[in-house]
Amino acid sequence: MADPRQSYHREASQAPAYSRLRMPPPELGSRPQPWFVRRRHGVGYRPLAWQGWVIAAVVVAAAIVVLLVVHTSSARIVIVLALVAVYSAVGWRLSGERGDVEDAVEEAPALEARETAERTPEQVAAIASLRAEASTRAPRRGQAADDAITVEGLTKRFGERTALDDVSFSVGWGEVFGFLGPNGAGKTTTVRTLGTLIAPTAGSAVVAGIPLSPENAVAIRLRIAIMPEAPGLYPRLTVAENLEFFAGLYGLADVRPRIEQALATVNLAERADDPCSSLSKGLKQRVAIARALLSDPRVLFLDEPTSGLDPVASREVHDLIVALRERGVTIVLTTHRLEEAERMCDRVAILNTTLRTVGRPDELRERLFARSLAVTTVAPLDAPERVFATVPGVDGWHPDGDGGYELKVSDPRAAAPALTRALVAAGADVVSIGERRHSLEDVYLELIDEDVEARRP
Amino acid sequence: MSIDPGRVRAVFRKELRQFRRNRAIVVTMGILPVLFLTGPMINIFSLTASASSSEVRSVVGSVLLLMLIVPVILPAAIAAYSVVGERDQGTLEPLLTTPVRRGELMLGKGLSAVLPAVAVTYVLYAVFVVAVRLWGAHAAFSDVWQTPEILVEVLFAPLLATWSVCVGMAISVRSTDVRVAQQLSTLASLPPLGLAILITFRVIAPTVLAAVVIGLLFVVLDCLACWGAALMLDRERLIVGRRAPRQERTGSA
Repeated sequence: MADPRQSYHREASQAPAYSRLRMPPPELGSRPQPWFVRRRHGVGYRPLAWQGWVIAAVVVAAAIVVLLVVHTSSARIVIVLALVAVYSAVGWRLSGERGDVEDAVEEAPALEARETAERTPEQVAAIASLRAEASTRAPRRGQAADDAITVEGLTKRFGERTALDDVSFSVGWGEVFGFLGPNGAGKTTTVRTLGTLIAPTAGSAVVAGIPLSPENAVAIRLRIAIMPEAPGLYPRLTVAENLEFFAGLYGLADVRPRIEQALATVNLAERADDPCSSLSKGLKQRVAIARALLSDPRVLFLDEPTSGLDPVASREVHDLIVALRERGVTIVLTTHRLEEAERMCDRVAILNTTLRTVGRPDELRERLFARSLAVTTVAPLDAPERVFATVPGVDGWHPDGDGGYELKVSDPRAAAPALTRALVAAGADVVSIGERRHSLEDVYLELIDEDVEARRP
Repeated sequence: MSIDPGRVRAVFRKELRQFRRNRAIVVTMGILPVLFLTGPMINIFSLTASASSSEVRSVVGSVLLLMLIVPVILPAAIAAYSVVGERDQGTLEPLLTTPVRRGELMLGKGLSAVLPAVAVTYVLYAVFVVAVRLWGAHAAFSDVWQTPEILVEVLFAPLLATWSVCVGMAISVRSTDVRVAQQLSTLASLPPLGLAILITFRVIAPTVLAAVVIGLLFVVLDCLACWGAALMLDRERLIVGRRAPRQERTGSA
């Protein structure tokens, strides 16, 4: 079996598969516009063409003439009101722009197919099993009251487009739960739905122990905090003023000590009086985390918390997440950084409009990939089949590069010593023997590749 | 819809702090109205005792009209920035994730735009009246110091400002570009001024009754504008650009 990770790296030099998942959104879809409106420059900017300005000038002149003519008429007030109504209606029609922006925000980029690694029948079966399980998996029954988040059949459509389809999962109290998926997979839509920012089209959810409903929206928002990808701080206000504002919105008492405590948690106490515009991106991210901590939330949604941060700043954010987990805060982490998810999350969900799988990273790895040993010798073995046939516990093998072999084994710890002895007995110069560890990235790529293949004509 | 005064106060304070740190807004609020009135004031002071009553009325009318334009123009730009500005600087989503209700958000933002504009208008009006009393022709002061004119200024200024703010916020919700929002809201805030023009230039007889009736009409218009703007401050619309169908709405509180 070829190592999917090696396969991924090999392809990356030619046509980077993962970078394709990060493609910029396609061109904005545009609504038909009147001929006197110029094509948009940038998002939502829709100035009039010169013909439009001429029309506007003529209309204004006509309105002035009408006003002058009717100012002595008994029906002048009615005529003035009619003019105001026409003016408002035309202005209203021309001022709408947001529909196009929504397309840009929500439209998923087209995933290009990449050459997929060769799969064993066991892997194909495992992928099918994980996907089938994910689509039918209900929240942990009997424990709903103990879960921080319970989602059943959550679906969200934007017009004709389905952003999220029949998603069900649950997150326990104090758990760090990761959301993985390509751009446009519905991760942010899920977080926004659970954060009461947008309404689900179908399905139900319990967030922080409260059923998701219009009546409970404020109560839910009081118990949760959402940190979007951009820090979203007011640049003209100081760090402390930013936090004071949000503390006011949460109706917190003893604001000053809370702000000091939150800033101390993110090591920013000495920057409290600095304007946010003077902070680096990493520091702004830390202020955003402090803001999320202000209200002492029971559930914290972090959307790409380390996006654009350098390794040191990312490490600090990771340390904060660990500290929060130790305090019992439930964290839902949306990220593109698979190594981050693997390191930080108790469980991960892989999403691509529908839920592909949910589980612990090591559990997913074990279910998807057979355990194997990687062997490297100085020179290729003369008769590898004879050498490996003598080793107990080896279920199969295949060459993996010059002098390299991958052996499928049921128990790597038991097979490795016997394999070493067999290689030495065969006169091979052994460079290394080790268990091949498949990463969460491998799991992710296997599951997402299934979607890519499914889209092929 | 319940309103938490603490949240309204938090929004109000934040907005005022932002204005204070923005020199362009401070300059616009403080200097523009004064420059606006300088010319007509000179005209009033140039009036002689022999000026005809129609001449006096015309000059005084133009100044009073400018006085009414101030509470329309000043908050319009601020209100237009209120939502699209939050979106522009990336603070809209963090703001909407808090427990603030749309009524509280609108009230806090609206008051922070209306109150300074009305305060500037009243101060200007007071200075104008005192100046005319001290240095203007007696005929001019007699024209200015009429109950209907005073009512129009005192009553219409907050009502026009409220209209301007509500319309500006509604446009701000629908816009994605600050410049477009500001231009449109300035234009959209002007129509009600037409009624004020009619009374200022005596197309409608300037009586107390007319001022009160038109004032009530403004109150109705303001209520409708506030209601419409509040409806538009829907979280889903603000985040993704379209409102969820009625049966889906969750985050609208």
